Amino acid sequence: MSHAAPQDPRGGQAAATDATPGAPGDVVADAEVPLTDTDVVHSRHGGTGPADPRWSEAFTRIVSGGWAVSLGAVLLAVLGGSIMIAVTDEAVRTASGYFFSRPSDTLGAVGSAVGNSYAALFRGAVWDYRADDVATAIRPLTSSLTFATPLIAAGLGVALAFRAGLFNIGGQGQILVAAAAAGWVGFGADLPWPLHMLLAMAVGIAAGALWAGIAGLLKATTGAHEVIVTIMLNYVAFYLLSWLLATPGLLQAPGSANPKTPPTAQSALMPDLLGPRYNLHLGFVFALLAVAGVWWLLHRSTLGFTFRAVGENPSAARVAGVDVGRTTVSAMLVAGGLLGLAGTSQVLGQVTTGFGSDIDAGIGFDAITVALLGRSSPLGVLAASILFGAFKAGGSAMQASQGVPIEIVLVVQSLIVLFIAAPPLVRAVFRLPQPGRRRPPRSRSRRDRKAVTA
Amino acid sequence: MTTLAPVPASDPMTEGARQVTVVSRKAPIAFAAVTALVALLLLVAPRDGSTRFRFSDEGDLLRLPDVAVPGMVTAWVGVAVAAAVVAAGAVLAARRRRVPVVLTLVLVLALLVAFLAWAGAGSSRDFSVARLIGGSILLAVPIVFGALGGVIGERVGVVNIAIEGQLLAGAFCAAVAASLSGSAVVGVVAAVLAGALVALVLGVFTITYRVNQVIVGVVLNVLVVGLTSFLYSQVLVPGAERLNETDRFAPVAIPGLSSIPIVGPALFEQSVLVYVMYLAVPAVWFAMFRTRWGLRLRAVGEHPKAADTVGIKVERTRYRALLVAGGIVGIGGAFYTVVSVSSFGKEMTAGAGFIALAAVIFGKWDPVRAALAALLFGFASNLEGALSVVGAPVPSQFMLMLPYVVTILAVAGLVGRSRAPAASGEPYTKE
Repeated sequence: MSHAAPQDPRGGQAAATDATPGAPGDVVADAEVPLTDTDVVHSRHGGTGPADPRWSEAFTRIVSGGWAVSLGAVLLAVLGGSIMIAVTDEAVRTASGYFFSRPSDTLGAVGSAVGNSYAALFRGAVWDYRADDVATAIRPLTSSLTFATPLIAAGLGVALAFRAGLFNIGGQGQILVAAAAAGWVGFGADLPWPLHMLLAMAVGIAAGALWAGIAGLLKATTGAHEVIVTIMLNYVAFYLLSWLLATPGLLQAPGSANPKTPPTAQSALMPDLLGPRYNLHLGFVFALLAVAGVWWLLHRSTLGFTFRAVGENPSAARVAGVDVGRTTVSAMLVAGGLLGLAGTSQVLGQVTTGFGSDIDAGIGFDAITVALLGRSSPLGVLAASILFGAFKAGGSAMQASQGVPIEIVLVVQSLIVLFIAAPPLVRAVFRLPQPGRRRPPRSRSRRDRKAVTA
Repeated sequence: MTTLAPVPASDPMTEGARQVTVVSRKAPIAFAAVTALVALLLLVAPRDGSTRFRFSDEGDLLRLPDVAVPGMVTAWVGVAVAAAVVAAGAVLAARRRRVPVVLTLVLVLALLVAFLAWAGAGSSRDFSVARLIGGSILLAVPIVFGALGGVIGERVGVVNIAIEGQLLAGAFCAAVAASLSGSAVVGVVAAVLAGALVALVLGVFTITYRVNQVIVGVVLNVLVVGLTSFLYSQVLVPGAERLNETDRFAPVAIPGLSSIPIVGPALFEQSVLVYVMYLAVPAVWFAMFRTRWGLRLRAVGEHPKAADTVGIKVERTRYRALLVAGGIVGIGGAFYTVVSVSSFGKEMTAGAGFIALAAVIFGKWDPVRAALAALLFGFASNLEGALSVVGAPVPSQFMLMLPYVVTILAVAGLVGRSRAPAASGEPYTKE
C-alpha cells in the first residue's frame, strides 16, 4: 500500500496530513522526553501520561491509526445524518414543542426516527433480517453490489486520471456517449450472445475513450484546461444524446414519441450472475477485472509508470524523457474507456428496457467522490464504491419505508469524504471526550493546575 | 522554429540574447474553423426570405425602425467579412505579428449576424435585439457573481470548486429568509451569509487542515446539494407557502440611461441585483489591482512565503478573501430565488457554478475578463430561446449545445495554455 497514497491533481496533501501526525507521537511517548507536545496533550486531557506509558502508547497508536480515523469519520458523518433526520422529523418537532415538561418524549422520538431510518438503511443495503429465508435476506447485499458496479468502473476512470495529474469531471459525458454507442449496438445489431455483448461493450468503451480523448488531445496540443473541456463535453454529450433520442430513426424507439431507446436485445445483455432473483449481473465481474487491470497498469506497467510520473511532476517527467502530451492523451483515453465501461454496464446490465438521457444517473459525479474516498488506488476505489453502492441501495429503501428523502445519503457520503480527508479534525473531535475510567485523574490534574496557578 | 535554427552562431553569448517572438498560429486556425463551419451550414441548408431585426419595443422613448434584410445575402456578407478577418489573421501570423483583439471581435460579430440572418430568414417573427441583450444579462448574472468569487479565491491561492455549492446554498437561504421575513433584501443578506458560510467550511478544511482544495470543493458541492435537497423535501415542500414563497425584486428603470435606444431598456431596466453586478465587477477589479488589500491578496496567491516574509498573515488573508468571495457568490445564488423565480427548487443552479469556474479560467483569473466570459455564456444560452421564437431550423438541442462548443473552441483556440496564480491550490505551511 506504500504507493497507494492519494495522487490528487494538486499533489496529494491529504496523504501528508494523514501520515505525519501519528507516527512522531508514538516515538515521543516511548522515549519519555519531557515537555513534548504529546506529553502536554496527554496531561491536559487527564491522560495518565508518565504513570502508565503502556496505556498512553496504545491509545496514541489506536487513535492516530488510519482505521480509527476512517471509523471516526464514518461515525461523525452518521451522527451528522442523524441530526438531520432528527431535526426534520415530524414527531420530533411535535415532541420538542413540550420539551421542558417531558424531555423523554423528545428523546424517544429522536431515537425512533433515527433508529428506524438507519435500520431501514441496513435492511436495504446489507441484510434484510425481516425476511423469511436467507435467499431473500441477502438480496439487499446483491443489490448494493449492483449499484456499486458502474461506480467501480467510473471511479477507476477518475482515479486513473487523478494519478496522471488530470481532473476528469467529464464522467457524465463519457458515460452518456458510451451508453449511446453501446445501446445502439445493443439493440441494432443481430449477433449471437457473447459476441453481441462483447461488441457492444467494445464500441461503448471506445466511444467513452474517444470522448475523453478529445479533452486529452486539446490539453496536449493547445493547453486547454481539462477541467473546462470535460465540463463542457458533459453538456455537449447530454444534448447530443437528447437529440439522438428525440430524432426518429436514430436512437429513439420506433413508433414511440418518448425520448427513449428500444430495449437492449437479449443477445447483448450481461447475464445475471446469481439467477433471475437477483439483479447482480456480469458487469460486476468486468468491474472487478477492471480493478485488477488498473492495479496492474498503474503499478506494473511502463505506461502506468509514466502516468504516475507525469502526475507527480510533469516537468521532471519531461526532463526524464517522457512525452507529457502523449501521456496526457493516453491517460484520458484509458480513463474514458473505464467510464465507458460504466456506461455499457448501465445499458447492458442495469437499465435494459430502453434508456433516456438520464442513463448516467449521477455516476459521473459520484465517481469523483468515490475516487477521492478511495484515495485514487484501485482497491480503495473498489471499497469506496461498494460503500456508496450500499448507501444507494439502502437510501432508496429508507425513503420507501421511512419517508426520509434519499438526499440524506448524499449528506452522509460527502461528510465521510470530508472527514476522512482531514484526519486532524477527526482526531481533535474524538480526543476530547475521554473514556470513563480516565475521569478521576482528569479532575485531579485540573485541581493540580489550579493549585499551581493559585 | 526551423527557420531560425540554421543560422550559425559565431558568438554563443549573443545567440542567447536573441529576441524570439512566439506567435501562436492557433487563433487563425480557430477563426478559419468557425468560419468554415458557418459557411458549410449556409451551403447545406440555404433558406429563403428576409430577416427582420427589431431594435426597439413599444413604449420606448426613442423608436428606431425595424430593419428587414434579405436573409441569405446578409449571411453570406457576414461570412465574407469573417473570411477577410481569417485572411488578415493568417497574414499577421505568417509575419509573426500578434492578432489584435479587435479582429476577434469583428469576426465574432460578423459570424453572429450571419448566423442570425440565416436562422431568421423567412420567419414571420422578428429578432428583438433588446430582448436578446437583456435576456443574456439575466442569464449571466449568477455566473458573473460566481466567477468573481472564483477569481478572488484563486488569486488568494484557494481553488474554489465549491462555487456551485455556494450558489445553491445562497439560493436556498435567500428563499427561506425572504419568505419568512417577506423582504427580498433580507433574502440577499441571508444568501451572502450562506455563501460565506460555505466558504468558511472550505477555508477551515483547506487553510487550517490543509486538505486538498479540489477534494473539499467537490465534496462541498455534493454536501450542499444533499443538504438543500433533503431540507427541500422534508421542510420546504410541506410548509411551502410560509417558507418558500418570496417577494421578488421588481425591475427598476434608471431614469435617463434606460431611454438610450437599443441597449437602454435591456441594460437599465432591470432588478437591483443586476445593478449590483454592474458595480461589483469594477469594484472587484479595483479592489484587486488598485488597493493594498488586493496587492496583499495577490501576493499571497502568487508566493505565500514571500508574502509571509514581509509580514502579511497568509492564513488570515486567505480566510478573509475567501469569505468575501463566498459572500459575492451568495448574491449570485440569491438571484435565483428573489429575481428569477420566487421559490427554491432542487438543484436549481443546474451547473452554473461549473460554468462560472470555466469563466474564471477562460477569463484568465481577471475579474473583468471573467465577467465578460460569463456574459458570453449568458448570451449563448439566451440565443437558443431567441432562435426558437423565430422558428430556426436547427434542432433545439444543438442550440443548447452551442455555448459549450463555443467555450471549447475558445479555450482551445484563443486562450490556450492559461497560467493560474502560482500558489493556487497550494496550502501554506508556515515554517
